[in-house]
Amino acid sequence: MPELRKTPMLDQLLDGPFPSFVKEIKKGAEKNEACNDLLGQLELSYEEKITHWKHGGIVGVTGYGGGVIGRYSDVPEQFPGLTEFHTMRVNQPAGWFYKTDRLRKLLDIWEKRGSGLTNFHGATGDIILLGTHTDELQNVADDLAHEGWDLGGSGSDLRTPSACVGPGRCEWACIDTLDIVDTLTRRYQNELHRPMWPYKFKIKISGCANDGVAAKARADCSIIGTWKDNIQVNRTEVVNYVNGGFDIIGQVVDKCPTKCISYNPVTKSLSIDDNNCVRCHNCINKMPKALRQGKINGATILIGGHAPILQSAFMSWVVVPFMEMKPPYTEISDLLEKIWEWWDENGKMRERTGELIYRLGMRSFLKATGLPAVPQMVLHPRTNPFFFWDKEEVNQ
Amino acid sequence: MVKTDFGPPKYLDMMSDLCKRNYGKWKYHEVLDTGTLVHVAENGEKLYTVRSATPRLIHIDTLRVFCDLADKYCNGFFRFTSRHSIEFLLEDESNIEPLKADLHAMGYSPGGVGNTISNMLHTQGWIHCHTPAIDASGIVKAVMDEVFDYYTEAKLPARLRLSLACCLNMCGAVHCSDVAIVGIHRVPPKVLDEKVAKMCEIPNVVAACPTRAIRPEPAKKSVVINDEKCMYCGNCYTMCPAIPIFDPKNDGAAIFVGGKVSDARHPAMFSKLAVPYIPNEPPKWPTVVKTVRMLIDVYAKDAKQGERYGEWINRIGWERFFKVTGLPFTDKHIDDYIFSVPTFRSTATFKW
Repeated sequence: MPELRKTPMLDQLLDGPFPSFVKEIKKGAEKNEACNDLLGQLELSYEEKITHWKHGGIVGVTGYGGGVIGRYSDVPEQFPGLTEFHTMRVNQPAGWFYKTDRLRKLLDIWEKRGSGLTNFHGATGDIILLGTHTDELQNVADDLAHEGWDLGGSGSDLRTPSACVGPGRCEWACIDTLDIVDTLTRRYQNELHRPMWPYKFKIKISGCANDGVAAKARADCSIIGTWKDNIQVNRTEVVNYVNGGFDIIGQVVDKCPTKCISYNPVTKSLSIDDNNCVRCHNCINKMPKALRQGKINGATILIGGHAPILQSAFMSWVVVPFMEMKPPYTEISDLLEKIWEWWDENGKMRERTGELIYRLGMRSFLKATGLPAVPQMVLHPRTNPFFFWDKEEVNQ
Repeated sequence: MVKTDFGPPKYLDMMSDLCKRNYGKWKYHEVLDTGTLVHVAENGEKLYTVRSATPRLIHIDTLRVFCDLADKYCNGFFRFTSRHSIEFLLEDESNIEPLKADLHAMGYSPGGVGNTISNMLHTQGWIHCHTPAIDASGIVKAVMDEVFDYYTEAKLPARLRLSLACCLNMCGAVHCSDVAIVGIHRVPPKVLDEKVAKMCEIPNVVAACPTRAIRPEPAKKSVVINDEKCMYCGNCYTMCPAIPIFDPKNDGAAIFVGGKVSDARHPAMFSKLAVPYIPNEPPKWPTVVKTVRMLIDVYAKDAKQGERYGEWINRIGWERFFKVTGLPFTDKHIDDYIFSVPTFRSTATFKW
């Protein structure tokens, strides 16, 4: 093993209260040449203020079109360990729950066949294995498969769906986020592993309006749990909060966006005008012991979210205000399949679903999916008279 | 024959009996301190969570230590959050403090629960990406070291989500964060004609440009960029490695504020531009760090209890935001991209 690379700049990031990524790479560098060279190349980037990674090349494993991202150093003569330093995406268990014996198997494989460096997790949700050689890719995939770990998505395919912790450890899960994400992931293995669409498609599932996986901000299809009936109020617990010094007026009544909550300080009772409640979740967040969601649960389905660049960032918008989410989740599958067919047919290369809807109009999207236009889809109706009519809608 | 398409491990196989027993039957939870939660089930059973931020880039040996701790204190069960934090799931309350002590000993501090800064979401940066304008892990480390008190102590008016994306592709989707750092370029890319002719699909390169600044140059089998129209997004470079956009003298970070994804109180909001440019200053990015600290300190001091960053700005107004932060407002802050006009103000009602 050659001497550890000298990294005077990176070494300044070793101390301090937040755990150091440099320390993590150094752990690897003591026994792995690629990690040692990564230290060296990163130090060079710090000196020159520029990346030293080239564009990804096409690499992969048998039977899969995605899950592996080629990565090559642009200074391999200085850092031979990084000549090939590919990424593998491994599909995480729903909700990122782990049992140590299963995870240790994955770690052993990555020690044997890769750099030993990981991300827990990538932004999309996969376990990221950072850095191995082209001729190890198939071995890693085979070894992982042997231990029950499958690859995630990459390229123009269904990206690995992800979900919040849901009913596994949260009282606010209006829907079974873990079962939904697990079911959809298994149902769409072909779409996940074989890129064949105009661009990527992401599904993220949050159990309530707090949107713990930021579904609305970054998923083409955002599934967000909600309810239809009344908030359940535990009157004794309301009194306990107030007696405990909780500022019920400031934190709950005044913060209610529709002013549908009132509080009587004499009787210490809270009343909710549920007809005017938009289910924003603030009051429940603030008084979890006293207030609970209703019992008629389902999800709002939103479409189109993505980060930049082409048409700016979009937040997903409502296409189905309320969908019952009961196994086997046929309704959401039917909708997804219709959307994919329409997008596949009409989308340009690298056009996300939201951008296609922006280009062709919601009218075209609704026709393709058979969804009815409803007021919940918009903040307000259009303010201009420039709309289209189909031939069959006008007198011939 | 290689086994394919069998999907991820079943989540129930990764869950403790207590979690399975109370699956979907949780009644409420309480924040015990900035590193600890308790979830109480309908049947009265309790699950304690100890959360600790990780640097996201983790070596397997560290993960093995996490496994050892989970075996010692949690019957072998833990999970991660969507923001790269690890959560140990304990059934025995008396294990909380010993676990925390072990975590401290390995350099990990519990935190990020409740009205704190939770872990900082980020991307790959110079460690493993081909398009970054800034590093990711280094800035995150420097920023989190500086604002660590807000991670371990609940002294913010509400939770604060810090994020970093190292280029405009924003693979971390930081555009709905309370405070977000985004890597930007400031000069048009260079077209390497001979390489473009060999390596790139001209129609795809032309189509990749959101401002139509690129047109084909058939004589050279290459493209020409109209520098006046280019806004340096690097989308063409993503399509064609022969159009490099990096410029160490000009690349740097922009800072956005006031975004959120939750619909609680106010619907989800995009983050908005606060600082258009700070140069790259490795290894510790002092100007970025100082600016983020100031942005958080001002909010912590001025916002009302329960107000997220964007809600605070909505209440005080942007003119006052720039006054209290002392940040200069420039022409860069006024949108001139696709959806600009609805962001212009059409009132005569301001705060002076």
